[in-house]
Amino acid sequence: MALLELRNITRRFGKLEAVSNVTLDIAAGEFFTLLGPSGCGKTTILRMIAGFDAPDAGSIALDGRPLAGIAPEKRPVHTVFQSYALFPHLTVAGNIAFPLEMAGRTRDEIRRRVGDTLALVHLEDKGDAYPHELSGGQKQRVALARGLVNRPRLLLLDEPLGALDAKLRERMQGELIALQREVGVTFVFVTHAQQEALALSHRIAVMNAGRIEQVDVPEVLYSAPRNRFVADFIGTINLVEVSVTATAPDRLELAAAGLGALTTAPVADAAPGTRGALALRPEHVRIGRAGAPATLKNRVEGTVAEYLFLGDVTVYKVRLADGSRFEALETNAGAGRAQFHAIGERVTLQWRHDAGVFLRD
Amino acid sequence: MKRRVWLWGAALATYAFLYLPLAVVVLFSFNDSELNASWVGYTTRWYRVLANDTDMLQAAANSLFIALAASTAATVLGTMAGIAMQRWRPPLLAFLVLTPVAMPEILLGVSLLLFFRQVLDLTLGLFSILAAHVTFSTGFVAIIVRARLAGMDDSLFEAARDLGATPWQSFVRITLPLILPGIIAGFLMSFTLSIDDFVITFFVAGVGVTTLPLQIYSMIKVAVTPEVNAVSTLLMALTLSLIVLAARFAPETLRARS
Repeated sequence: MALLELRNITRRFGKLEAVSNVTLDIAAGEFFTLLGPSGCGKTTILRMIAGFDAPDAGSIALDGRPLAGIAPEKRPVHTVFQSYALFPHLTVAGNIAFPLEMAGRTRDEIRRRVGDTLALVHLEDKGDAYPHELSGGQKQRVALARGLVNRPRLLLLDEPLGALDAKLRERMQGELIALQREVGVTFVFVTHAQQEALALSHRIAVMNAGRIEQVDVPEVLYSAPRNRFVADFIGTINLVEVSVTATAPDRLELAAAGLGALTTAPVADAAPGTRGALALRPEHVRIGRAGAPATLKNRVEGTVAEYLFLGDVTVYKVRLADGSRFEALETNAGAGRAQFHAIGERVTLQWRHDAGVFLRD
Repeated sequence: MKRRVWLWGAALATYAFLYLPLAVVVLFSFNDSELNASWVGYTTRWYRVLANDTDMLQAAANSLFIALAASTAATVLGTMAGIAMQRWRPPLLAFLVLTPVAMPEILLGVSLLLFFRQVLDLTLGLFSILAAHVTFSTGFVAIIVRARLAGMDDSLFEAARDLGATPWQSFVRITLPLILPGIIAGFLMSFTLSIDDFVITFFVAGVGVTTLPLQIYSMIKVAVTPEVNAVSTLLMALTLSLIVLAARFAPETLRARS
């Protein structure tokens, strides 16, 4: 049985349906992420789980027990707020002790657990400091410690890394994974940063306009997006408008206006004539000089419009015959300067017969 | 250098403008003369006269009692109103609470008099003064408490509930300590408003009870004796110590916030 079950949750604010008929199961011990652009309803879901808001329709159950009508303080669920919401008049130790005091723990137990939790987040020497004396990363760790100290069944995290700079953010991502593994508490994480979601989560629910578009493990979400929104939102992807011309057991034959015949991996019931998009990740596309021998099944010609040298990889933006742009990514392992393709150079792009994903309209 | 001299000059002139009249009152309360005209010599006689003036002492006791009771009641009501205004924003509440603050005192005095006499048929006295003072002080407390809350992250109060605090625990452990400087400032504000209020008190005092400002006014109708200076000096000392206290307990209400 799932730890947390959301069943057909709907929440309206006036005319706007912020959350539409969302159903989700989250298992104990999972690092689960709600990912989507701002305003997609992910924070509203979090607030309904925490008890600050209630669904207009549907039910939420924790450990099989419905949460409807249960006040936030009675739910074994704690939240790490985007702003951290550390109590400014209490010390770090006072902040971390707060949930234990509210739960009526003994003085000895509180002292011991506050000490343990400070050690867990590497802030042993900051117990007597006040929140305004801490750096952003330290505040973040205190907020995490405060949320975890009373061992909630569920820890909700509302864009907790949003306020940190890029470097610190990366480090905190690592700490967050380690922390979750160590304490074993189920995390429900909300973010609009897709890379963060991919790096941290066991499973991700991609949301758009109040609906869940796809729930999957990061690898599947990335390599087999179910629709254009997911494909476009996660990572970078090339989308080519196509229609199915023929089906085969090992591939789908497609026609793209202006680019000719292409193939991709087969999908269920895509009859000839079905319209859709071919979605192709830049790292599957091989770039070479125009007229290079064909080694892969799919092949289009174009002109380099722009390239970004990123150190480990180079991203080429290539203009195709039909005027659309295509991205190809080349790793720079062992490549010398001579291998680069200059702006304006004619190039050939190739990819395997099953590298792309056909997304039906 | 020239600029600095000019600045110091302007500052001194401003301070003199503000404080010279007060200094004169204090000085002349020690003047050994019946008239408030020229300096004759040092004496503490007027304080002895004051100590034996039972009418004045009674008025002072009334004023103190009214100020304490009215500002306590106004602080409780105003704090509740301030929190409600910030948190739930009920329609009309802000308007209703803040109207007495903006209303001309003379209007408030007349309408309270009419209300107490014609509508409630109340005998004017301590209670009517007290009720009037609570009426005009509550709005000030509400404004200050609300301003304090407005500068705070709302998720602090959600975090308290989220971490297991009941609404009452959340109020006592989180909300109250955070708005306490505002509450203290509001209390002191009401206290000073109440203790020197003349216009409204004049309308609702009736005949039996008098307060310090009313008593002083009735004295200077006869003649301004140095006894008035003495009582003013004491009043000033009280107000000053309140400000010092406020600075000690709630430094951020008096200091510019960084």
